[in-house]
Amino acid sequence: MSETLNRYRVSTRRSAELALLVGAWLIGVFAWILVDSATGETSLGGWTSLLSAGVLLLVTHGVVRWQAPYADPLLLPSVAALNMLGLAMIHRLDIAAEQRAISNGSPMPTPDVYLQLTWMLVGLVAFMLVLSFVGDHRRLQRFTYTAGFAGIALLFLPLLPFIGSEVNGARLWINFLGFTFQPGELAKVALTIFFAGFLVTRRHSLALVHNKILGVGVPRAKDVGPLLLVWFAALLVLILERDLGTSLLLFGLFIVMLYVATGRRSWVLIGGSLLTVGGAVAYQAFGHVRVRFDVWLDPFADANGTGFQIVQSLYGFANGGIFGTGWGQGYPQLVPFAKTDFITSALGEELGLMGLIAILLLFAIVVERGARAAVATRDPFGNLLAIGLTTVIGLQTFIVIGGVTRLVPLTGLTTPFLSYGGSSLVANYIIIALLIRISNAARAPEVTDAELVLRPAGDEND
Amino acid sequence: MSELLLSILRIGFLIALWWFVLTVVSVLRRDLQAPRDAKPLTPARSSKRPSPRPTLRARKTSTQLVIVEGALTGTSVPLGSSPIIIGRAPDATIVLDDDFVSTHHARLTPNGNHWIVEDLGSTNGTWIDRTRVSTPTVFRPGTQLRIGRTSMELSS
Repeated sequence: MSETLNRYRVSTRRSAELALLVGAWLIGVFAWILVDSATGETSLGGWTSLLSAGVLLLVTHGVVRWQAPYADPLLLPSVAALNMLGLAMIHRLDIAAEQRAISNGSPMPTPDVYLQLTWMLVGLVAFMLVLSFVGDHRRLQRFTYTAGFAGIALLFLPLLPFIGSEVNGARLWINFLGFTFQPGELAKVALTIFFAGFLVTRRHSLALVHNKILGVGVPRAKDVGPLLLVWFAALLVLILERDLGTSLLLFGLFIVMLYVATGRRSWVLIGGSLLTVGGAVAYQAFGHVRVRFDVWLDPFADANGTGFQIVQSLYGFANGGIFGTGWGQGYPQLVPFAKTDFITSALGEELGLMGLIAILLLFAIVVERGARAAVATRDPFGNLLAIGLTTVIGLQTFIVIGGVTRLVPLTGLTTPFLSYGGSSLVANYIIIALLIRISNAARAPEVTDAELVLRPAGDEND
Repeated sequence: MSELLLSILRIGFLIALWWFVLTVVSVLRRDLQAPRDAKPLTPARSSKRPSPRPTLRARKTSTQLVIVEGALTGTSVPLGSSPIIIGRAPDATIVLDDDFVSTHHARLTPNGNHWIVEDLGSTNGTWIDRTRVSTPTVFRPGTQLRIGRTSMELSS
């Protein structure tokens, strides 16, 4: 028996995770020091926050070691590095806001970085709770429809009077006990669980092919129902909440999961055409969609009006060049919403193309590890859930960074882990917790199997 | 602070960031190369599985179940002394992802030098060569066990 265990001791790479986590924290500290030294900031408040962030990450690592010892070692350090970089950039933009207040003689703005740090604490606590309470991801399948209803409720919660509130034209927030929260962020986690549970039971009938048109198998007409329903829900989000980003994310997520569940390319084609139809209708019907599109095609047509934000962002990237201006030495504060939607442009300016590629690589690593967990899991529900959660992070990153760099039309979404915004951070940490849970199941040695395979036949006393 | 020092620190930070990313990538690479023993059976992985040590009894009886037809063709499963469940359920010993296979389809149990096949109430039946297994049947080397689209044979 002991020999069995020795020969099958799988390297868990927990120490690699710890070392990388410390590295991620040090990167954040380094960035913070550079910001302070370049801007002449001397307050010591930052140091306590940095230390508490470090302690938090260590505690989280401890919980992973305890609750998911075989989990993927790269997910947590990668997102921790992104989070630390985001904190440093928010701190840097806080200083810029303070300096502007001083020169204008206006009252000092409250720094946002401490609030973001509080949200990081909430996010990591949520991470640890999810990891501890979801002992086996397969149990989530039981909550398929509960998650579905919860997701839809959360998605449309901001529409309710009194608690819903509108910011910058989009109705995405709820006010609760003085906190504002974006329930749509949690909705995407709930809806991913719902999609996974729903598709895992339906995938065989959804994969049935009715007939072939132009060499592509077309599914039966009655199977298109769920896709149409999600399409309709996404359109509702677009119309009622004016939230282009979430609408696109939801629909894209469903198409990806449908494709993975059935393996039929025709779903992607049908989804793509529905997306085109929806986009065309929205372009004709809604002014805000039309503005987004026109600004995307030619931001310089109205560089001081509708195109101002994206033009400033592009100038920021240009100012940064290959190696960037260095922390605290650019002008990222000139882009409106630099802390939230446009944090990529702020990082692109101060870290340059080299820094931005490193950041994109971190996102790519998170997506790769998530997809790997999806492939390695044995149960079909786990496969779909992991690929769905990975898609949420990957697609959201693509939509927002693509928008900021003018690759795709700009849609308001937060950059996962980097942007200022609590709901997004908490939701993304929950996603990582679920991915870590699934990867733990995928990588854990199966004791019964290993015993079965390895125990010499003579050992049994029969 | 002097311009020069700021430039050095600026580049230094980028180097630190890239060093971090590349370290992550190197761990990722090592992780991909490591043999995975705890994975579902696929032809590539199972070949890395060390075969069990031959013992007195193992030499006499068949030690491997080889899949000769179906999605997992070429896979061989080392046989020990415990029963094996074949089915679509994730907790089965051999997981066959096939619509024609029931959740827990069939069981192989060692009995002396033989392996006994039992059908566990499957929908589409378990077959040895051309006979459907209705009672526990001896699975002899040289015969084919068919479950859904998969056929397997014993080999020593």
